[in-house]
Amino acid sequence: MYIYDQHDKTLIRERVAQYRRQTDDYLAGRISDGVFLPLRLQNGLYIQRHAPMLRINIPYGMVSATQLRTLANITRKYDKGYAHFTTRQNIQLHWPRLEEVPDILAELAAVDMQSIQSSGSCIRNVTSDEFAGINADEIEDPRPWCEIIRQWSTLHPEFAFLPRKFKIAVTGAESDRAAIQVHDIGLQVFKNSNNEVGFKVLVGGGLGRSPAIGQVIKDFLPAKHLLTYLEAILRVYNRYGRRDNKYKARIKILVKAWTAEVFAEKVEQEWLQEIDSPSTLTDAVINHAKAFFTSPPYENIDPESCETTLQAFAAEHIAFGKWRDRNVVDHKVAGYCAVHLSLKPTGVAPGDVTDRQLEAIADLADRYSFSEIRVTHHQNLVLGDVKLNDLPELWQAAKQQGFATPSIGTLVDMICCPGGDFCSLANAKSIPVAEAIQRRFDDLDYLYDLGDINLNISGCMNACGHHHVGNIGILGVDKKGEEFYQIQLGGSALNDASLGKVLGPSFYAHEIPDVLERILSIYVDQRIEGETFLDTHRRIGTAPFKEFIYAKAA
Amino acid sequence: MPKLLKDKGIVDNSWQVLEKDFTGTLPDAPCFVPLDYWLANKDKLQNPKTVGVWLDSEQEPEEIAGDIKNLEHLAVNFPTFTDGRGFSIARLIRHRYQFAGELRAIGQIAPDQLFYLTRCGFDAFCLDALALDQEVDEAHRFEDYLSSFSVTYQASANEQQPLFRRRQA
Repeated sequence: MYIYDQHDKTLIRERVAQYRRQTDDYLAGRISDGVFLPLRLQNGLYIQRHAPMLRINIPYGMVSATQLRTLANITRKYDKGYAHFTTRQNIQLHWPRLEEVPDILAELAAVDMQSIQSSGSCIRNVTSDEFAGINADEIEDPRPWCEIIRQWSTLHPEFAFLPRKFKIAVTGAESDRAAIQVHDIGLQVFKNSNNEVGFKVLVGGGLGRSPAIGQVIKDFLPAKHLLTYLEAILRVYNRYGRRDNKYKARIKILVKAWTAEVFAEKVEQEWLQEIDSPSTLTDAVINHAKAFFTSPPYENIDPESCETTLQAFAAEHIAFGKWRDRNVVDHKVAGYCAVHLSLKPTGVAPGDVTDRQLEAIADLADRYSFSEIRVTHHQNLVLGDVKLNDLPELWQAAKQQGFATPSIGTLVDMICCPGGDFCSLANAKSIPVAEAIQRRFDDLDYLYDLGDINLNISGCMNACGHHHVGNIGILGVDKKGEEFYQIQLGGSALNDASLGKVLGPSFYAHEIPDVLERILSIYVDQRIEGETFLDTHRRIGTAPFKEFIYAKAA
Repeated sequence: MPKLLKDKGIVDNSWQVLEKDFTGTLPDAPCFVPLDYWLANKDKLQNPKTVGVWLDSEQEPEEIAGDIKNLEHLAVNFPTFTDGRGFSIARLIRHRYQFAGELRAIGQIAPDQLFYLTRCGFDAFCLDALALDQEVDEAHRFEDYLSSFSVTYQASANEQQPLFRRRQA
């Protein structure tokens, strides 16, 4: 993990002092609501339905056991003893008091955590692949680049008042697990035919009101030019992005209006003026960043003897075998694996954890995974470096703490925003819908037979629950004060990214589990051997689903 | 005439900012003329000691790129404090066009933005929201706003090297 040096520490300390003074000024009536708004947002503080909400950055999803313990303490001391992991690898407190936020930020700063630019019209926390550095399909570890971007974007003087929020994601693997095609900027780090490291650069992806898939504006950007090129994109956006209508202010609208070709040309012209400026990365700088993300001291483990033991254990414990099939992921180092800690048990809002659970996770990480934890954009956690022979013990410990729900990647491993229960933007609740679905689909064998399905739920069109890119997406809508749910089919945020298409008229919340059951029955009837839900939908289209659902409803 | 924050101090300000649609004859006093007026009349506006140019946030500094070496006073307007285009305009004026004169921020800016403004190249501030004529207490001194942070990651108008190069040095 990246370790803060005195510069990083000083900066976040000064940031806390600044925000403390700003909060005092606000409480004393010295600065208005309007002026305070972007100041608090750029420190992560929203005013929500019931209380403020504080979003704390977990840069590219990497968090230490020590940091989790501090978070646990903070939830106890300043909140209601729980926190919520988001779809952008961050963590949120839903009940802090505005006047105590500076104290919370000071406690976070003590363990090198911060909430700088976690909301507001600025460059947000950079996100990445939860398996960075450990997956066999990786070409380049994205994390050093993420850290370089994190520092560059932090308190960037030119880009703190953009037309709208701005999200960057980086992947370095064959399989895109960072959803780079639905970010304002998506970066794929790879090696070209000359073995040089560089980036494929996408712009203009995003969800929200006008969902769009990002378009490539640079096929290969040599790595050293990363920051000058990002700066060129941001400068073009800052100058020409729309500011007259916040629903048309994201970069995707500008890219669409100009076309990707024109946008790329404009960026190129801007970039060439600054190319080779001091912001160009040097080998020394790149190596400095890479030095924080070296391999931990792996032991030599014989995978074959481990496998024999694990098979025997699985034979005695059927549930272990199922858990291993779904929740354990291969590792690039023989004898190791990565383990999902599921935050999706039935009856708990997806991504929610209690203070005690945070501490339990920290303990598990200390014991089994070099004291590091990764947050996924599916709102689960990953222990990245677990020895195969520790799996039985880890499974039992995870089960005890409620993290062993063996459903990763299945229908009930849903992405879900906090929805109308918490969020003042939401049109409809999302958590109760998620729970109703989990209760209906509680037969594991059926879920395993359905295989990999992303079900994503958003409580409004701002799409925090990524409904457009769910294989099945559910969107809460408000019609004359009543909550309804629209269903979309066929979305994906992976390499084959696509936006879902609306099935038809929306449903009441209580109808959703039945409707889902019918959608899935079409899939089961029509699938050809080996097809996932998405494959089948792509082959047969939405029409057969639509006919069946609405014919029956009529 | 509103006061001016310059060189970390409050000074008297003798410069007027003419309306964006100004036409006609210039007043007999130092003034910032709007960009369009400048472009239409620059041949006649010879004295950089008393005539400067101001740009609004949607205007293009590229249009005065060729004139910058002959100017000593430029201003950029912030119509609202959340309109961040002026930061990029200042960056271009200072860095790309190497403007060495006074670059003034005018319009709606909050004191907490002074640090970013300075880093983008502004060195004078005549801003409605600053209330420059009022007494300030210890916690709200303008010089502190101007230097809110002792650490900066990026290269900027007042720091040529990004932190990653300074770290290596």
